[in-house]
Order: sequence, then C-alpha cells, then structure tokens
Amino acid sequence: MLRNMNQLNDLHFDVLKEIGNIGVGNAAGALATMLSSQVKMTVPEVKLVKFSEAGAIMGGEEVVVFGILVNISGDINGMMMFLLAPESARVLVNGLVGGDSEEIEEFSEIELSALEEIGNILCSSYLGSVASFINKSVTPTPPMLTRDMAAAILSVPAIEFSKMSEGVLLIDTLFETQEKNATGFFLLVPDFDSFGVILSSLGVG
Amino acid sequence: MAAKTLVGMADMKAVKHPGMLTTLGLGSCVGICLYDPISKVAGMAHCMLPDSTQITNNSNVAKFVDTATIRLINDMAKLGANKRNIVAKLAGGAQMFNFTATDNSMRVGDRNVDASLKILRELGVQIKAQDVRENYGRTIEFYTDDGRLLVKTIGKGTKEL
Repeated sequence: MLRNMNQLNDLHFDVLKEIGNIGVGNAAGALATMLSSQVKMTVPEVKLVKFSEAGAIMGGEEVVVFGILVNISGDINGMMMFLLAPESARVLVNGLVGGDSEEIEEFSEIELSALEEIGNILCSSYLGSVASFINKSVTPTPPMLTRDMAAAILSVPAIEFSKMSEGVLLIDTLFETQEKNATGFFLLVPDFDSFGVILSSLGVG
Repeated sequence: MAAKTLVGMADMKAVKHPGMLTTLGLGSCVGICLYDPISKVAGMAHCMLPDSTQITNNSNVAKFVDTATIRLINDMAKLGANKRNIVAKLAGGAQMFNFTATDNSMRVGDRNVDASLKILRELGVQIKAQDVRENYGRTIEFYTDDGRLLVKTIGKGTKEL
C-alpha cells in the first residue's frame, strides 16, 4: 500500500503515463474538433517534480501564464489544471474565434471566455476518458481562469500535492496545431485517497 | 548589489547582513519574513500548509507555517539574532482562483495567513506589516540592511513594506 508519493515506482509511473496518454489523446481530439484543425500531441512525460523546481516548469517562476482550473468530485476527488503561455493561448483563441490578432498582453473578455471554454473542454474530455478507462465516475466544476506568475498559479496544485508528497506529479504534453505551435501542460491532482483508487482500479495499488 | 538568496517553495533560509532573501511567485503559500534589526539577521520561510499536526507526511518542517516559524527563529538565533528583537512581515496567502468561499480546502491561502498570525502572536513576535490574501501572486525581496520588504506583482504594482 502506497503511503506517500515518494514511494512511486516505475510501474506506477507507467500506469500514470498511460492515463495521461488516454486523457491527452482525447483532449487533443476535442481540440481538433473545436479548431477544425489537425492537432498532434507528444507522448506525455510523467515526472515527480520537486517543489523547489515546480515553480519553474513553465520557463521561470515569474513568467506570466494562464491557468485554468476545475475541481473534480465523485469517485475521484481533487483538481485538474491546464496551463499555457500567453503565446499558446493566443494560438488557441485565434483558432477558436477565427481571429488573427498577435496581441499577447491583452485579451478581451470574449477571448478570455473562449480560453476558459477551451480549458473546460480540454479538462472535461481528459477527465471523461480517464474516468471511463478506470470505470469511475468523475464530475468537474465549471472552469476558473486566472493569469499570473507561473509559480503563484502552480502553488495551488502544489499545495494539494504537499499534503502527500515532496513534489508535484506532472503530466507534460505538447500540442501542435497545423499552423502554429501551442504548448500546454496538464496537471491531474487527485487527493491522496483518490490516487489510491486510480492505482488500485488498474491493479497496481 | 547585495547577494541574493533564493527561497523556494517549502523552503526557508536565514542570512546575516549583507544580502537579500527572495522568493519568486508566491501564490497561496505564505512568505514569513523575520528580522532582528540589531544583529541584522533575516529569515524567510515559504510555507505551503498551515498546520503540521494535520498531516502525517510532515518531515519537511519548512512546508508548514507552525514548524517553519519555530525552526526559522532558531536558525536566526544561531546566526546571532536575539529572539526578543525579532519582528515579522508577511506576504502571500492569495486565493488564486475564484472558488466558492465555503470550500475550506480551497481557502488554504487564508488559512496560511491565519496560522502565521497565530504562531507569531504565540511566540510574541511583533507583526510590523503584511500584504496578504487577495487574488494575485507576489514576488518578495527582503533586505538585511533595514528589513524592508519589497512586494512585486503582475499588474498590481510594487509595494514596500
């Protein structure tokens, strides 16, 4: 029985990677539909990042990024976050609303709503596919969007992880749309009991 | 330019003048900054959770407000600080996302601030200034020459405490 995340072994990481693959594959499909464009994705990288390094995963602690958060409840409780740089946010928003703006400092209310919705669809499709894969029920809350320093946004999932580990479990994926690249990071943050539910439902408890 | 000591998440450092302590992008974590103006010893802790007694996985004392504050004061004393001279400034404890206020686990920023105020009062440490709560991230710089605390934000300006 796993007592904390520092005990994760290669098998656990493989299982989490597969979950990431399923989730991200589905999210990429949803994104392709939304953008009417092909979306490629890289195989997710799953790693436990130390807190001291977690704030810098987006390229620096003070780099300004967007974070979209949904809380999840049901058989699995916790949160899910999608993080992306303003440049990537611009690519996705332009793709959705058909714009050609290059502005990355200012987003209009409508563009922010569009971004929130993109995050919502990505997180929901990710969660939905993971839930059906492990045959559990998961309900996400409406998305919440914020723009701030990367480390400040990452403190939210990091604090959840801090209750059970000395690092943040990160599933890192690159999206590529046809014209321009958009990079996004997914963080699935089950609470500790739910983490056990996921692993044991796949026979690696 | 004084030497800069970086304090990461779930980390704490104590230094003697000259120098500066900084933590980048505080969100819901709280930055506890302690200073003895006589010995010019400064300490900073970047804590993630309010209470070590609520968590079984609590070996990292810097992660928790209660254990970090006590350890930090001791570390400062080893550098020559007198516990009776130490004063405190606080920053951070933001609520980064607009959750419903009833969800207790989501109010961790508030709870980190509350726990900091409580432990500092219990230890008899005077709280000189605070820039806490709200909904935005903060980078803080704490200077050993006079104990001033610079709080930088994205779009909310810079403050000196």
